Amino acid sequence: MNPTLSFFYFLSFLTVLSALMVIVSKNPIHSVLYLILTFFTLSGHYILLNAQFLAAVNIIVYAGAIMVLFLFVIMFLNIKDNHEEAKTNLTKIAAAIVGGTVFVILFGAYRKTILMPVDPATFDSQVGMIESLGKLLFREYLLPFELASILLLVAMVGAVMIGKREIGERHF
Amino acid sequence: MQLTNRSKQVSNKEMTLMERAYLPAIATGMAITLKHFFKKKVTIEYPEVKRYLGPVFRGRHILKRDAEGRERCTACGLCAVACPAEAISMVAAERQKGEESLYREEKYAAVYEVNMLRCIFCGLCEEACPKQAVYLRHDEFIPVFNDRNQVIWGKDLLVEDMNNRYTREAWTKEEAHLLDQKRANGEATNVVPRAIP
Amino acid sequence: MELTEFVIKTLTILVVFVLTLVIAMYSTWGERKVAGFIQDRMGPNRAGPGGLLQPLADAGKMFFKEDFIPALANKWLFIAGPSLAMLTALLASAVIPFGSTFRYDGVEVVLQGVESNIGILYVFGVVALGVYGIMIGGWASNNKFSLLGAIRAASQNISYEVAMGLSLIAILMMSSSLSLGDIVAQQHGGNWNIFYQPLGFIIFLTCSFAECNRVPFDLPECETELVGGYHTEYGSMKLGFYLFAEYINMFVSSAIISTLYFGGYNYPGMDWVYNQLTASLGTTTGHNIATLIGTGVFFGKALFFIFFYMWVRWTLPRFRYDQLMNLGWKKLIPLAIINIIITGASVLFLKPFITSLLN
Repeated sequence: MNPTLSFFYFLSFLTVLSALMVIVSKNPIHSVLYLILTFFTLSGHYILLNAQFLAAVNIIVYAGAIMVLFLFVIMFLNIKDNHEEAKTNLTKIAAAIVGGTVFVILFGAYRKTILMPVDPATFDSQVGMIESLGKLLFREYLLPFELASILLLVAMVGAVMIGKREIGERHF
Repeated sequence: MQLTNRSKQVSNKEMTLMERAYLPAIATGMAITLKHFFKKKVTIEYPEVKRYLGPVFRGRHILKRDAEGRERCTACGLCAVACPAEAISMVAAERQKGEESLYREEKYAAVYEVNMLRCIFCGLCEEACPKQAVYLRHDEFIPVFNDRNQVIWGKDLLVEDMNNRYTREAWTKEEAHLLDQKRANGEATNVVPRAIP
Repeated sequence: MELTEFVIKTLTILVVFVLTLVIAMYSTWGERKVAGFIQDRMGPNRAGPGGLLQPLADAGKMFFKEDFIPALANKWLFIAGPSLAMLTALLASAVIPFGSTFRYDGVEVVLQGVESNIGILYVFGVVALGVYGIMIGGWASNNKFSLLGAIRAASQNISYEVAMGLSLIAILMMSSSLSLGDIVAQQHGGNWNIFYQPLGFIIFLTCSFAECNRVPFDLPECETELVGGYHTEYGSMKLGFYLFAEYINMFVSSAIISTLYFGGYNYPGMDWVYNQLTASLGTTTGHNIATLIGTGVFFGKALFFIFFYMWVRWTLPRFRYDQLMNLGWKKLIPLAIINIIITGASVLFLKPFITSLLN
């Protein structure tokens, strides 16, 4: 087995393990930390695919900003270890059905996927690099890119409007 | 009442754009600290450099001898009585024939001990002494103790060494005060320190 | 051949690692010395000549103190906090170019841990992770002051990361590369970015103060409000790691500032020195000595910025928390966006105009 392949298997094992630990662990803080680990291993996969920009952005945006906010909120919750919320059978059954359906859909989608055969002779290893990515985004996909940025701007304005204090509201 | 000529009137008025930019103020502050960076330091590095503490500083004890080198102490015990910390103890003895060059009077202290852990260096022993025998040196301290045995000082450490006499510019508070006044007025700056009270 | 390359890379990384640690160690000494000098004191001067052995004495003291873990703390995370802080602090120095190349026996060695085409993004990602050490440690302590310190650190880092990223974009627009090596190479010949990006530099500097949790933005460990902040419950070497991580961060950000804005290992009159050296000592030795001089210049710049950090620390008082947030969101981010627009306009219109005038 060549080193890249063994590294891939190790990374995949770590990814699946930490992803499982996210839902298995009782303490939500541990869950968040395992989720961060999952993002790291995913970034490892991106680097194996020679998509360095995606790997770095994944870490900056997900691990560096979004998960910090997750952690931020969860730290404020006062969770007792032994206080397990009583779950009725109904919720358990509903959760099983929803989860099972998602699994079936994903599995079906995976079965249907036809991977393009890769020709090593014509394959461009630089396709995931930032230069080619930038050219692609700003030439072929310029309109969707700009639309996405406008969507984000709208979302930001909305968030500011919701968070804004009304006149006469108490300052603290 | 004006306490300093550097005081500034504080006001709550709207800041100008220059003040709100904040960076000029930071630059001013940093210039001040940089000036201090290159200033001469005021620190006196103690064990290497010792500061003059004045003519009446109360350091370690000394048992004075007179001009002929005889011990002045007569073991009257007034210092021990005056001592608020009860640090001084002594054993008196009578002077024998042939010891006239050692002790000034007929009675002397065979043992004279100061417990340096008890002593508070108040100087009451110095004031109580009728023979001007015990003094607190202005130029030497008790060294740091490393061992219990170093705490009680006997005559071997306390009695003055004739080869290296303890000299002072002023032997009493009044004398020192007078000297200070003279110096403040700009006269008599050169006083030769003398060994005899 | 591949083995030689591997050994050389390992050695380079090891050297960078040790150098970072040593510089951080002596920054603690430097900090106390600078503090003393600014306050008209001598600073530490008892341990060794000029107090040079003081960091060793401090480290020894830290090691031999009792390693205490509070009873109600989360033990694993309590240990993970300082370890993560150290890890993330040390990671960032891998991509910094310390000098140009070394020639030995026909092999050209780059004085850089890893040359990556996303260098600056890597640094940015590692900096973004830096807050986890503080957050986890603060939460695991099970102490409300620690938690508040951790929360402050998190919100402060996230807020200032935005302005920092935006001020970086202006640099990237000019260099059109994310690689730190390229950015330095483009500043060759006195063509430093500081002359084109003064506003961006000020924003970046302010944000790096905030990211390192240094005065005037050291709210997470504000002792007047939060006892000790996130490291209230820490003692012994774990506390030492937290404090040490701060100094490593300081060195790394100083190095990044000198790389991005002050030309890295470039200095005025570099080509003349290079030509003189290669002419008199031969291409190999002359080249190596020229590289060494460049590396020395780089460290000089980095050390100056470490000094600058200390200088600011002993000059400015701490911000209030709302002032911190106002400065970050309402001043620095709009300024950074204006800077981007100006830079974009200059690159598009001014640069061709000036080049056409010159030709």
